[in-house]
Amino acid sequence: MLNKYPLWKNLLIIFVVLVAALYALPNIYGEDPAVQISADRQATIDAATLDRVRNTLTSENISPKSVALEEQQILVRLTSDDQQLKAREALVKSLGDNYIVALNLAPATPEWLKSIGAQPMKLGLDLRGGVHFLMEIDMDEAMRKILDGMKDTVRNELREERIRYTAVNVEDRDGVKVQLRTEEDYQQALSYLDNRYQGYTLVENPDEQTLELRMTEQKLAETRDYAVSQNITIMRNRVNELGVAEPVIQRQGSNRIVVELPGVQDTARAKEILGATATLEFRMVDTENDVRDAMSGRVPFGSELLPMRDGPQQLLKEDVILTGDHIVNAGVGYDEYNRPQVNITLDGAGGNKMSMATKDNVGKPMATVFIEYKATDERDENGNLQFTKNAEVINVATIQSRLGSSFRITGVGAQEAQNLALLLRAGALIAPIQIVEERTVGPSLGQQNIDAGTQAIMWGFILVLIFMVAYYRKFGLVANCALASNLILIIGVMSMIPGATLTLPGMAGIVLTVGMAVDANVLIFERIREEIKDKRSPQQAIHHGYDSALSTIADANVTTLIAALILFAIGNGPIKGFAITLAIGIITSMFTAIVGTRAIVNSIWGGKRLSKLSI
Amino acid sequence: MREIISTDERIPFMRFRGVFAIISGLLLVASIVSLSVNKLNFGLDFTGGTLIEVGFQQPANLQQVRDVLDDNGYGDAIVQNYGTQQDLLIRLEPRTDVKAEQLGSSIIEALRSNIDQSIEMRRIEFVGPNVGDEFIEQGGLAMLTALICILIYIALRFEWRLAVGAVAALAHDVILTLGLFSILGLEFDLTVLAALLAVIGYSINDTVVVSDRIRETFRKFAKLTPMQTVNRALTDTLSRTLVTSLTTILVLLTLFFLGGPLIHGFSTALLFGVVIGTYSSIFIASSVAITFGVSREDLMPTEVEKEGADQDPLP
Repeated sequence: MLNKYPLWKNLLIIFVVLVAALYALPNIYGEDPAVQISADRQATIDAATLDRVRNTLTSENISPKSVALEEQQILVRLTSDDQQLKAREALVKSLGDNYIVALNLAPATPEWLKSIGAQPMKLGLDLRGGVHFLMEIDMDEAMRKILDGMKDTVRNELREERIRYTAVNVEDRDGVKVQLRTEEDYQQALSYLDNRYQGYTLVENPDEQTLELRMTEQKLAETRDYAVSQNITIMRNRVNELGVAEPVIQRQGSNRIVVELPGVQDTARAKEILGATATLEFRMVDTENDVRDAMSGRVPFGSELLPMRDGPQQLLKEDVILTGDHIVNAGVGYDEYNRPQVNITLDGAGGNKMSMATKDNVGKPMATVFIEYKATDERDENGNLQFTKNAEVINVATIQSRLGSSFRITGVGAQEAQNLALLLRAGALIAPIQIVEERTVGPSLGQQNIDAGTQAIMWGFILVLIFMVAYYRKFGLVANCALASNLILIIGVMSMIPGATLTLPGMAGIVLTVGMAVDANVLIFERIREEIKDKRSPQQAIHHGYDSALSTIADANVTTLIAALILFAIGNGPIKGFAITLAIGIITSMFTAIVGTRAIVNSIWGGKRLSKLSI
Repeated sequence: MREIISTDERIPFMRFRGVFAIISGLLLVASIVSLSVNKLNFGLDFTGGTLIEVGFQQPANLQQVRDVLDDNGYGDAIVQNYGTQQDLLIRLEPRTDVKAEQLGSSIIEALRSNIDQSIEMRRIEFVGPNVGDEFIEQGGLAMLTALICILIYIALRFEWRLAVGAVAALAHDVILTLGLFSILGLEFDLTVLAALLAVIGYSINDTVVVSDRIRETFRKFAKLTPMQTVNRALTDTLSRTLVTSLTTILVLLTLFFLGGPLIHGFSTALLFGVVIGTYSSIFIASSVAITFGVSREDLMPTEVEKEGADQDPLP
C-alpha cells in the first residue's frame, strides 16, 4: 500500500487550480468609473470621434485614465465619480444626439489578464443596483387590431366585387365571419375569398350561408412573434436614449420582455422613458408655399415647418392623412432590379383613408413624420417629468398612384430602408405593453448587499477552517487547503462562464457550499478513523477510507445536484444565481475534496512507514 | 484522537423510536394544523403588490410616515422597520388606480416632500397579481419535480424500504419547516422556497449517507438483527452526521447574522431545515425502514449491483 499519485495526476490538479485562480484574479482588481460612448442609428465611431472625445475632455480639464476605441465603442476610464459625471455631461453636449453616452463601471482588469479572456464575475442587479422590468404584451389587443383590419378589408373587397353580405364580424379571437345574403352571393364569395388571404383558411358553412376566415396556427404564431419583436425594437431604442451600459432586453416566454438596466441611478426617469409613446404621421408636403419664406419666419396658416433627419427643413400641411396606429407591418423588400424599398401594410380603415387622401394627390410629395415624446430633465409642480414632443420628418416620397392598404416607399438606400422600416414599426405599436414585475435596487443597497455577502462568506469560511483544524488536526489542514481551492474554483468557474451572474442568494449559495463541501472530507476522515480503530495500518486506513467513502459521497452529492438543477430550471434571476453557485460548488467540491485532498495526503503521508496518523 | 462522541459502544437509537415517532407525529400535526389555519404568510413574490424600502438619515418615525401615506391616499399601506431603525419597508396591495410603475416613485416623492428630502430609495419591487400566481404554480411544480426526481434516484439506488424511509424523512422535514414559517408567521418568499429546495437536497444527502451505511452493515455482519444493524450503522455515522451539520450550521449562522435582512428568511429556513434534517435522518428515515421490515436478505447484493466490483481488489 503506497498511496502514491502519479506525477501527471498531481500536475493536473495543480494546473486546474492555477487556471481557476488565474481566471478568478480579475475579481480583485475592482472597477473604474467610466463613460461608454456608442453610436446611434446613423453615426459611426472611428478615429475622428476618438479625437473629438479627447479634445472635449482636454478642454474641460478632465484627465482620463485612458481613452480607448474597441468594438465600435469608446471607453473613457476616469479617476473618480465626480470626473465621470463631469465627463458625461461634457461629452453629451459636444457629441450631440447621434451618440449614446452612458455611465459605466469598467472592470480594471490588467491587459495581460484580458488577453487570455479573463473577466470578473458579472454582478446581478441586487448587487449592482439597477432596474429589472418584466413587461407583458397585450396579445388579445394585438389580435383584435389585426382582425379589425381584416374585417375592414373583407368588407371593402366584397363591396367592390358587388357581393352582398349582411354582416362581417370578428369571431372569437382568431377569425372573421361573413354572413352572405343569398345562395348566389355565398357561391361568389366562396370563389372570391378562397385562397385570397395568406395566413387564413376559409371555413365553409353553406347551411347558414356563412364563411369564416380563420387565422392559421402559423399566422397566429407569426403575429405574436411580430408583436414581441416590434416591442423589443422599441424598447431598445428607448434604452439607448437612456444611456445605459450593458442593458439586457430579451424575450421571455411567448409574450413577455425582460428589460434590465444595471446601474441606473434615476430609476423614475428610466421608467417614464420606457413607458413613453412614439407615433407616426403621414402628411402632405405644402408645395403651394415656399419653404424659404417659412424658414424666415412666415409660416403659412395651416402648415408647419419641421426638421428633417439628414436634410433641410420641410414645410408640411398640418392635416394628418393617417397616424401610425393604422400600420400593420413595415419591412424592407427589394424590387426586380434589387433596389431596396420599404413595404408598408395598413389596416382596412387606414387603407381607406390613404386611398381617399391620395386620390387627388398623385404626383405630389408625401412626408412621413416620426413623433417621439422625449423626457426632459425638468419636472412640473407635481414632480412629474416633462416631456417634449419631438417631431421629425423621416422621409419624403412622391405619390406615384392612388395608394391602398399596401404600398411601398422606393428610392431609398439599403441602410435608410432599414432605418425607415424600423421607425415605421416603432411608431405603430400594434400591441400595448404593461409592466407586470419590477425590481429596482438603489445603488447604496447594492453595495450593502455585496458587503454583507462578502462578510458572510469570509466569516463562514474562517469558522469552518478553525473547526476543521481543531477537530481533524493535520488532516483538517488538508481539508482546509481543499476548501480554499474550492472557493477559488467556484469564483474562477463563475468568472469563466459568460452567462453566470453573481447575486445575493448566489453569495448565500457559496456560503452554504463552504459549509457543505467539507462533508466529503468528513466522510473520508471518519472512515479513516474507523479503519484505524479496526487495527488497520495507517496506509491501509487511508486507502480504505477514501475508497469506501467514494460511493456515499457521490450519492449524497447527486441528490443535492438534482435540487440545484431544478432550482436553476424554474427560478427567476436571483434564485438562478443561488442554483448556479450551489451546482458549481457541488461539482468543484467533489473534485477538491476527493482528488485534491488525496493528492496532498498522498504526498505527505504516502509511501512512508507510519505508526500513527494525525487525524 | 478527539471525537464528539465515543463510538465504541453502539447507541440503541431504535429502542426509542416509538418516542421519536410520537414527537415527530405531534410536530407534524401541529404544522399541518397551523398550515391549514394560519396558512403561510406569503411574501410579495406570491401575492403580488408593491414593496418599497426607504432609508432615512435618522431613525424613522413610523406614525409620521403612516400619516403622510394616509393623506396621499395610501391608507392601506403597511409600514414597518426593516433591519435597522433607519430603514422602512412599505407594502401595498395590488391596485388599479395608480400605474404600477409609478406607484413606487410617487410614494417616495410624497415622503420626500412631506418629511425629509434626503429620504433614499433603496428598493422597489412590484409583482403583478398574475405573475404572483405563476410563481406559486412554478414553485409548487419545482418542489414536486425535485421530490419525484430524488425519489426516482433513491429508488434506483436503494432497496424500496430504505427509499420509503428517505422520502418520509424528506416530507417530514419540508412539512416541519413550512410549519415553522406558518406558526411564527415568517414571510414566505422566493428565497425561502429556494432554501426549502436546498433543505431537500441537504436532508436527502444526510439520509443517503445513513442508508448507505445501513446497507453496508447488513452485508458485513450477518448475525445482527435489523434493529442492531441500524443502531450500529447510526452510531458509526453519528460523528460524521454531527460534524457536517455543525459546519453547515456555523456558516448558516454567519449568513443569518451578517448576510443582511434580505436573506434572513432564507437562512432561517435553512438553519431550521438542517437541524430537522439531521434529526430525521437519524430517527425517522431508518425507523420507517425498520417498520416496513427491512432485512438482510433484501439488501444482499445481486451480481449486477455488487459494490466495489469495478474497484481495485483490496490488498
